[in-house]
Amino acid sequence: MAKTLYEKVFDAHVIDTIDGDSLLYIDRHLIHEVTSPQAFAGLDEKQRKVRRPDRTIATMDHSISTRSLALDACGPQNALQLQTLQNNCEAHGIRLFPVGHQKQGIVHVMGPELGLISPGMTVVCGDSHTATHGAFGALAFGIGTSQVEHVLATQTLKQSKAKSMLIQVNGKLSQGITAKDIILAIIGKIGHAGATGFVIEYAGEAITSLSMESRMTICNMSIEAGAKAGMIAPDEITFDYLRGREFSPNADFDKATDYWQSLHSDPDATYDKVVELQAEDIQPQVTWGTNPGQVSGVSEPIPSPSDFTDSTDQESARKALDYMGLEAGTSLDSVAISHVFIGSCTNGRIEDLRAAAAIARHGKVNASVSAIVVPGSAAVKRQAEEEGLDKIFTQAGFEWRLPGCSMCLGMNDDILTAQDRCASTSNRNFEGRQGRGARTHLVSPAMAAAAALRGKFTDVREFGEHQ
Amino acid sequence: MSIQQGFKAHRGTACPLDQANIDTDQIIPKQFLTGVTRTGYGKHLLHDWRYLDLHEQEPNPDFVLNQARYQNASILLTRENFGCGSSREHAPWALADYGFKVIIATSFADIFYGNCINNQLLPVALDSGVMDELFDCVTTNPETLITVDLPSQTVAVNDRQWPFTIADHHKDNLIKGLDAIGQTLEKAVAIEKFEQSQPQWL
Repeated sequence: MAKTLYEKVFDAHVIDTIDGDSLLYIDRHLIHEVTSPQAFAGLDEKQRKVRRPDRTIATMDHSISTRSLALDACGPQNALQLQTLQNNCEAHGIRLFPVGHQKQGIVHVMGPELGLISPGMTVVCGDSHTATHGAFGALAFGIGTSQVEHVLATQTLKQSKAKSMLIQVNGKLSQGITAKDIILAIIGKIGHAGATGFVIEYAGEAITSLSMESRMTICNMSIEAGAKAGMIAPDEITFDYLRGREFSPNADFDKATDYWQSLHSDPDATYDKVVELQAEDIQPQVTWGTNPGQVSGVSEPIPSPSDFTDSTDQESARKALDYMGLEAGTSLDSVAISHVFIGSCTNGRIEDLRAAAAIARHGKVNASVSAIVVPGSAAVKRQAEEEGLDKIFTQAGFEWRLPGCSMCLGMNDDILTAQDRCASTSNRNFEGRQGRGARTHLVSPAMAAAAALRGKFTDVREFGEHQ
Repeated sequence: MSIQQGFKAHRGTACPLDQANIDTDQIIPKQFLTGVTRTGYGKHLLHDWRYLDLHEQEPNPDFVLNQARYQNASILLTRENFGCGSSREHAPWALADYGFKVIIATSFADIFYGNCINNQLLPVALDSGVMDELFDCVTTNPETLITVDLPSQTVAVNDRQWPFTIADHHKDNLIKGLDAIGQTLEKAVAIEKFEQSQPQWL
């Protein structure tokens, strides 16, 4: 029977079927300080062991400072959480990349760059942006802490099969349009809950021509459309990325590649839903509301609640405009900002920083804007510094910080205050996400840099060849 | 995960939180995620809407959770896509710690739904028309008792009753209050056999 990529990976990991539910083997388990302490406490309470510490990797990312390597830099509670992760990893023999380690980073940046994720794997983490790893043709999804405990103890999870959705992005992207614009346009089209209950497979020329880092940006935000996971079939771009990385199967690379090449949907496989977009239609995107589906092209007017047909969408738009302090009909490129955040598991990789620096080198951060750049990992930071990107940013007036999740969710001291308006390369524009009362607009790294220089949203294509 | 008590039926009053797309950041904001235990999150539930100040000293009198008539509610009524966003299990921990036993909504986000099941908090999805009726009943008379019966999969109010769907394994886990890890550990031989069948390079 013809199978989709998702079905192939799912079926290859079924150990047993219990009450119609599959017991799925988990190949890779990534953990961090925020969603693991209660899981370890549960294990200890029952004197249970971690089944496969060798398949479990930990890092510190959410609760850490981006100004200091001290664990207590953001207060005693954060320090306790970080120390607890360290103790748990020591007690259970789990490899940990703590603050200051050369391999530390945001869990979804660090994992792929070390070659920890390969096609066909099942990957979980107590973090909803685990979908990132689907870029490799892995089945990767976020889980709660009870499930973290279940995976630690058994290396398995009970799962039922999700519905399948194919999102086909045809054609070629226009100059200046990035993966972030594609995924925001997709979420704008299908809605913030449009993929709830589905696993998305992204395909089409505009997807397969993307680099691995851009593919990760796409898959990362699958959860923002409600999807369980997002996947892209592996190809030569994937194999080239993996070759030679520390944890890639380098000794058996050819054997592995033979298997990886089978990981694509069969030509006659069927999907529960198919969505098509034309790449040429996608403009630089800016969110105007309080969920990632409330998004428009930068030169488009902010919609009015009455533009929506569904009464829930109308009410959501009304509330969002009120919270965001925006008037319907205003063009997004006339909206002034006070802050810029470049970083996160969505857009904190080296290509993201290069794209932002390519704009930043042509001006100075506007006097009314405070802007920070937070590399996604220690390795990204080193690479950026080797390329002199840090100098470009600091000379333009951006702050250059230490790696971590930072202002994406503000579990450290990188938080905004009420009515601050931020152009952010992160993934969520929920009310209060970056600080109580603060207003978040999601954009690509180049768009964030352009907004920093101009002090308002600006179509990055105005920078022409400088991009 | 400790062995939980089984969930069978619940009867109680409800609090009407009439808004769609309430995300887990809103249910429990990030500054409360630094804990290392599963307890104590109820006082921070829906913090940004519930309190006028950062230190939780000034309750917002306009917010439904703070209104006297809904003080003893043990059922939360809400709308589409409840619990979207972050996978933080602190969200169901906060709802349960506050005193909610059942969440009735038009729809739920996937990860949140699973997290509720794992915490003996029953998520019930009903059509938007039925939700309108429930909101009407509760806002008209906050004393309205709602009965949620899991074995028969029904929600009953006054003389009305509606069925709801729930996957068999979720229902079973809630009713029996099983130790999910203990159950899976009984499959240790099958897990080991699977591991041995995997390629060396994995």
